[in-house]
Amino acid sequence: MNKQKQKFIGRSVPRLEDRPLLTGQGRFAADVNFPGQWAMRVVRSPIAHGRLNGIDASAALAMDGVHAVWTFADIAHIPPIPFRLTGLKALEPYQQRVMASDFVRYVGEPVAVVFADDAYVAEDAADAIELDIEPLPPVMNATDAPGPFDAAQSTEPDVLRKGYGDVDAAFRAAHSVVALDLSVGRHSGVPLETRGAVGYFNEALDRLEMHGAAKVPHWNRDTMGRMLGRTRDNFQLFEGHVGGGFGIRGEIYPEDVIVCAAALHFKKPIKWIEDRREHLISANHSRQQTHRIRAAIDAEGHILAIDDEFFHDNGAYMRTHAATVPDLAAAMLPGPYRVPAYRATAHIRLTNKTPCGTYRAPGRYESTFVRERLLDAIAAKVGVDKAEIRKRNLLPKSAMPYALGLETLGTHIVYDSGDYGLLLDKALDRAGWPQLQQDIARRRANGEKVGAGVAMFVEKSGLGPFDDVRVEVQSGGSIELVTGAASVGQGIETAMAQICAETLGVDYTTVSVIHGQTDRIGRGLGAFASRVTVMTGEATKRASTKLRGRILKLAAELMQAEPAQLDIVDGEIVRTGGTPGPSMKLTDLAAARPGELIAEDTFESTHMVYPYGVHVAAVRVDAETGGVAIEKYVMAYDVGKAVNPMLVEGQIAGGLAQGIGGALFEEFVYDESGEPLSVTFADYLMPTAHEVPESSILITEDAPSPLNSLGLKGAGEGGTNPVGAVIASAIDDALQMPGAIVTLPVTPQRLRAICKKK
Amino acid sequence: MKPAPFIRHVPRTLDEALATLAEVAGEDGRILAGGQSLVPIMAFRLAKPAHLVDINEVAGLDKLADDGKFLTIGARVRHAAFHEPVTANPLGRLLTYVARHIAHYPIRMRGTFCGSLAHADPSSEWCLTAATLDAVMVAKSVKGTREIRADGFFDGIMSTHLKEGELLAEVRLPLLPPDGKFGFYEFSRRAGDFAMSAALATYRLDGGKMTDVRVGLGGAEASPRRIPEAEAELNGKAPGDAAFRAAGEAASAAIEPLEDHQTDAEYRRDLVKVVVRRALEHSLI
Repeated sequence: MNKQKQKFIGRSVPRLEDRPLLTGQGRFAADVNFPGQWAMRVVRSPIAHGRLNGIDASAALAMDGVHAVWTFADIAHIPPIPFRLTGLKALEPYQQRVMASDFVRYVGEPVAVVFADDAYVAEDAADAIELDIEPLPPVMNATDAPGPFDAAQSTEPDVLRKGYGDVDAAFRAAHSVVALDLSVGRHSGVPLETRGAVGYFNEALDRLEMHGAAKVPHWNRDTMGRMLGRTRDNFQLFEGHVGGGFGIRGEIYPEDVIVCAAALHFKKPIKWIEDRREHLISANHSRQQTHRIRAAIDAEGHILAIDDEFFHDNGAYMRTHAATVPDLAAAMLPGPYRVPAYRATAHIRLTNKTPCGTYRAPGRYESTFVRERLLDAIAAKVGVDKAEIRKRNLLPKSAMPYALGLETLGTHIVYDSGDYGLLLDKALDRAGWPQLQQDIARRRANGEKVGAGVAMFVEKSGLGPFDDVRVEVQSGGSIELVTGAASVGQGIETAMAQICAETLGVDYTTVSVIHGQTDRIGRGLGAFASRVTVMTGEATKRASTKLRGRILKLAAELMQAEPAQLDIVDGEIVRTGGTPGPSMKLTDLAAARPGELIAEDTFESTHMVYPYGVHVAAVRVDAETGGVAIEKYVMAYDVGKAVNPMLVEGQIAGGLAQGIGGALFEEFVYDESGEPLSVTFADYLMPTAHEVPESSILITEDAPSPLNSLGLKGAGEGGTNPVGAVIASAIDDALQMPGAIVTLPVTPQRLRAICKKK
Repeated sequence: MKPAPFIRHVPRTLDEALATLAEVAGEDGRILAGGQSLVPIMAFRLAKPAHLVDINEVAGLDKLADDGKFLTIGARVRHAAFHEPVTANPLGRLLTYVARHIAHYPIRMRGTFCGSLAHADPSSEWCLTAATLDAVMVAKSVKGTREIRADGFFDGIMSTHLKEGELLAEVRLPLLPPDGKFGFYEFSRRAGDFAMSAALATYRLDGGKMTDVRVGLGGAEASPRRIPEAEAELNGKAPGDAAFRAAGEAASAAIEPLEDHQTDAEYRRDLVKVVVRRALEHSLI
């Protein structure tokens, strides 16, 4: 008769979110419609840099079905878009207005918007708007000497400096110095759902709504509210299904603000759905950095100091992420190694390209590439293999927790737990490293260009400072969990339901998780920085524990027992320890005490938690064409505790595809005049199922975080972080040319040129 | 990403189609067959045809027949028709092998052979096939029927010698000799992408020596074409590495390579050597 209490945490249970998605019932931004809505079309600058002398909209305004055209004058009262993270004061003058005023600064910058009956008419009208733009010379290289960006601004708004220890002394004392010039190409997250926003002003309630929100709905509501003169009581954001986030989706962009301003102004629903070309030139780009890095080493290849100077190409404006990407690149560069002295100098540079923001593993994809290239170069210099040089330099388990002596995202970096050497051994074992080396040697003797690489990294996750969760047993007995986090498709509903269900004692399928709705919970931080499972997860555990206590207390009164003699098993309140007497269904308790089975709790944290990983890759190079085939790929990632291993594997596998994109395929290319050349999926090459190899994923739980009760660490970015690094390492090995790869992506043209140099 | 306004005409017979085309050709009327190139171009508003003559309902344009001398391919025949050999002649296997490299499955289900030729993308596998095999293009208009040889059909990047009001109604591909051999190779960034270069070769063996050699090259120049310099290196020689390499070198030297922002002439010349050699190597498999 006694039912077993079910465990859900740690099990690969099916996703709760899939039914509507798999049955065509998904509700993405473009699925939202209001009667009488107007379509908005953005007119974008076709010129990278120029003086905007005039806009003639008369032909457009004369067209049937066209209601209005807005230019800067119509939104001049709206302030620039503020910073959400790492908002240095020096950068504020470089924020973006929602439309260009006197100058245009990148191809794709909004200069006007058309409001019309439907998207077709709006696009016809947008085509008919004549722009008078006097071209000016564009700034296209972030590594050029800094100079004027315009009359008032510099191409170098700020320089970040981070470091510790006596770097110069270490270099003076060094046995030798290894120096590299490395660069990562401009690419970004490209969700299959483009951006979209639908603004609706409910006059009866004096409520402004924006549908199509993602990632950080509460912050966006509060911030756009300040820009537009709305408060948290009369402005609400609603998140539907989101077809991919990756850091770039869901930040405040000019179009979101214009949609809301127009809905208020015209008192008409305003719908804007981005097309793919617009997306590739106007949503955040990322990644483009050039590093000049040096390491001081001793005779055995131990690192004595690292000195890195880099140039971060942020495009034409500083958007919501401000200095986040270069800051993270500088702060996370030391990675899993002992670096006694460290100095990073990050030049934030502006160019006449699309502005940048974060993209999955922001700053770390870049600095892991740089650091791991450096480790490979040290190995070559000293004459030991790649695995050995890493083992010599890894921080030992005994060093944990390890205060790095650097700060980022308003937190001190303290690696909370980790056994880096153990994971390296496990990854090499999973990859069959000795056998792999033998196979490579044999094939190489037959003339094949094959090689293997290894790369290690430390990730960060679980950014605070808080998360709230409210859990309620509803009258029918189902559980509603409300959070201010957001879903970008990562499985938050399932993971939170698992934690809630196990803590409470119910089936996880009875828990419905509400997220991304600003009218349902007062505050929330959304989904970014691999934070949700850690922050919302711990808040869920706390709120569920509180609710459980409340349930047992109320049930105890009705069941004439002590709360300590009761337990909840599969939705039923039962007596424990063989105490005789009837049990009670949670549903019945909810009916007996309506509105009382509710609890709310908060988790606060001032430190991030640090998962870590190892990737191993083997590649075959076609030296005649410059093609690369990935033959083997192993990813080992320690996430402390995997709430749902299947979801973690999904995160890692998906992340790998994006990492491969940046390593071999994806690049936003511009010509000398600032014209973007990668504006379709025929030019911007995301890897497909053909190009992404089968991978082997090893999830470990050797180092649970001491900073939350479940030991959780975030898993969102470990599939992406070191991919550029490990592919470069493997290609070097295949060519038998240490240090050959200095630029990502490794296109056939670039690789062929390297092969010919040999 | 919404096309400019246009009128779609749906003729049911060839005469009706040609009459409509004659009427609208002067107003930037275009033929819509599979739409796999035209429709995206319209969505980007790179093309804004005022009229589309949709030939998908036109009777008779679905012809796909081997008359013992030619394989005739009508304007409605889709790439996917070649997923299995359409003739027992070696040409059937050639087309099946080449078709596999065209874009992706959904596109092959919709796009047409003749549409590909009329679109004249330099990287198109079918354009390369037509050029290599000296296909005969049959252009029809209200003024009558005109036959155009492949070497007089292509006119640079996405341009042909079809005249205003002409429909590429069918293409005749000469059958290969029964003992004909073929080889094909292309290099692209990803599976299904436009080839950065592609080569197709056919020949017969006569006493162990290659004869009637054809070597075509696509994606390397503004239009696909046969490369006589490469053919000359092969005719009369035994198939093998030395001859294949010489052919690749000759092709590489003979071309005026396409260049773009990321691809210089040197890379393209190098690639041509490889694709020609590998196409020939494929003929031995």
